[in-house]
Amino acid sequence: MIESSESSTEPKLSRHTRFVRASHWIVTLSFILLAFTGVVILMAHPRLYWGDTGNDLTPALIELPISRNYKHGGWDNQVAFFQGEGSPVSANRTFDIFNKNGWGRSLHFLAAWFLVIVGVVYLLVGIFTGHFRRHIVPRLAELRPTLLWHDLRSHVRLRIRAATGGPQYGLMQKCSYFAVVFLALPLVVLTGLAMSPAITAGYPFLLRMFNGYQSARTIHFFAFLILLLFLLVHVFMVIKSGFRRQMRGMTIGDSHEN
Amino acid sequence: MKTDELITRRKMLITGVTSVGGLLLTACSKQLPPTYGNILRMGDTFTYAAHQALIPGEALVKEYSHKDISSFPATGTTNPGDPDKPNSSELYRNLQRSNFADWRLTIEGLVARPGSYSLAELKGFPSRTQITRHTCEEGWTAIGEWTGVPLSRVLDAAGMLPNARFVSFYSFDDWVDNIDMLDALHPQTLLAYGMNGRDLPLAHGAPVRLRVERQLGYKSMKYIQRIVVTENFNDGGKSGNIQNGWAWYVGI
Repeated sequence: MIESSESSTEPKLSRHTRFVRASHWIVTLSFILLAFTGVVILMAHPRLYWGDTGNDLTPALIELPISRNYKHGGWDNQVAFFQGEGSPVSANRTFDIFNKNGWGRSLHFLAAWFLVIVGVVYLLVGIFTGHFRRHIVPRLAELRPTLLWHDLRSHVRLRIRAATGGPQYGLMQKCSYFAVVFLALPLVVLTGLAMSPAITAGYPFLLRMFNGYQSARTIHFFAFLILLLFLLVHVFMVIKSGFRRQMRGMTIGDSHEN
Repeated sequence: MKTDELITRRKMLITGVTSVGGLLLTACSKQLPPTYGNILRMGDTFTYAAHQALIPGEALVKEYSHKDISSFPATGTTNPGDPDKPNSSELYRNLQRSNFADWRLTIEGLVARPGSYSLAELKGFPSRTQITRHTCEEGWTAIGEWTGVPLSRVLDAAGMLPNARFVSFYSFDDWVDNIDMLDALHPQTLLAYGMNGRDLPLAHGAPVRLRVERQLGYKSMKYIQRIVVTENFNDGGKSGNIQNGWAWYVGI
């Protein structure tokens, strides 16, 4: 190749390793499937709550207008369970709800297995190869307010450095990758596990950790929103910093395209 | 000789995959649900096997206190005897008229003493009351107090044969579903005849419903009519849940 003779004169920059590239795309694909099926599942019951319980007969924290189930009023035969005011009630549903959870949830879990298995391997390999230490975790010296402020300002003004196509990340970039890998993704997985009746029977700390099933479900949704926001900004930055070079870097692992 | 001792990445991967597979298989030497060659059902089965391997089988779900009891939607069938509904059961309607005095729960299949129990006879077994969370697959939850006889007591009385692997349930509203022995013998799995201190209401499955606390709500079948202990997985045929795209195991 012509590039190789040229690149030998440039300083040698490390490229994305095969393991980083493979896990990047597997996680990307699972995330897209998880996001899509997650919204399908949410459409069956587009209400969010806090605590352990929440249903159409109890007040919601947030109601999302994302299916015909939004604020549907189909309930009759309301009966109180106990005597006295404020008793919990039972009521029969008469409304034919939107519900595609059969395939939606099974596909959600299939994709989740790929995310979890590849994610755990990625974390282990990232620790033992020094990938996190060298590329992802910001150095203490970098975390000075002036440097952070400077990098933030240049991002807001869209003064984006041209990409190298390898893991030579800027400060904001390191911070956001760190937040996604070590905070948002683990949070979305743990809140997902906290919604399982079988897993929380065996590991009840998950329910305590998130203050109950419905709180975990609400946090799961907001963690998804954060990840979705990250995805949009990430794709935008890839385009602004040199789409072709970045895509070559993350697919064939080439960092010098001239 | 030297190359034989090298652990290549490929070898490592193969060893890893086969040992994980072996772990899952030994943990789940029981019969697995059918997949019909469908990749989603394969995912469900993988989740089932992983739960068997990684969750202590005797673990109990959280039990709540009386003040946690919440409002409780009744969904799906809310009256199997309703003459306006297409799959209305005349038998159920007649039983309802006598307040289920003539209702009998049949137990058959791989049991030494097949037979049937009246409601009074079921209430004669030692009972269990538990306040648990119902987790509907739609995303909502509700907490209720359930009183009933642990399914294991009834199965013990009927005397399960050694080749029994699944317990199938048939309901008045024409559902068929089954659970494995881990769930069937779990101490919180009830044939519930009481809810929130009263008889089980019509809309919630009168006179007797199942409570399978470690799975999503749709496994806790309402309006139970017949129990069959079997060796083979019963998928309920074309109208069964699993053939209509709904996972059989939903411990999730």
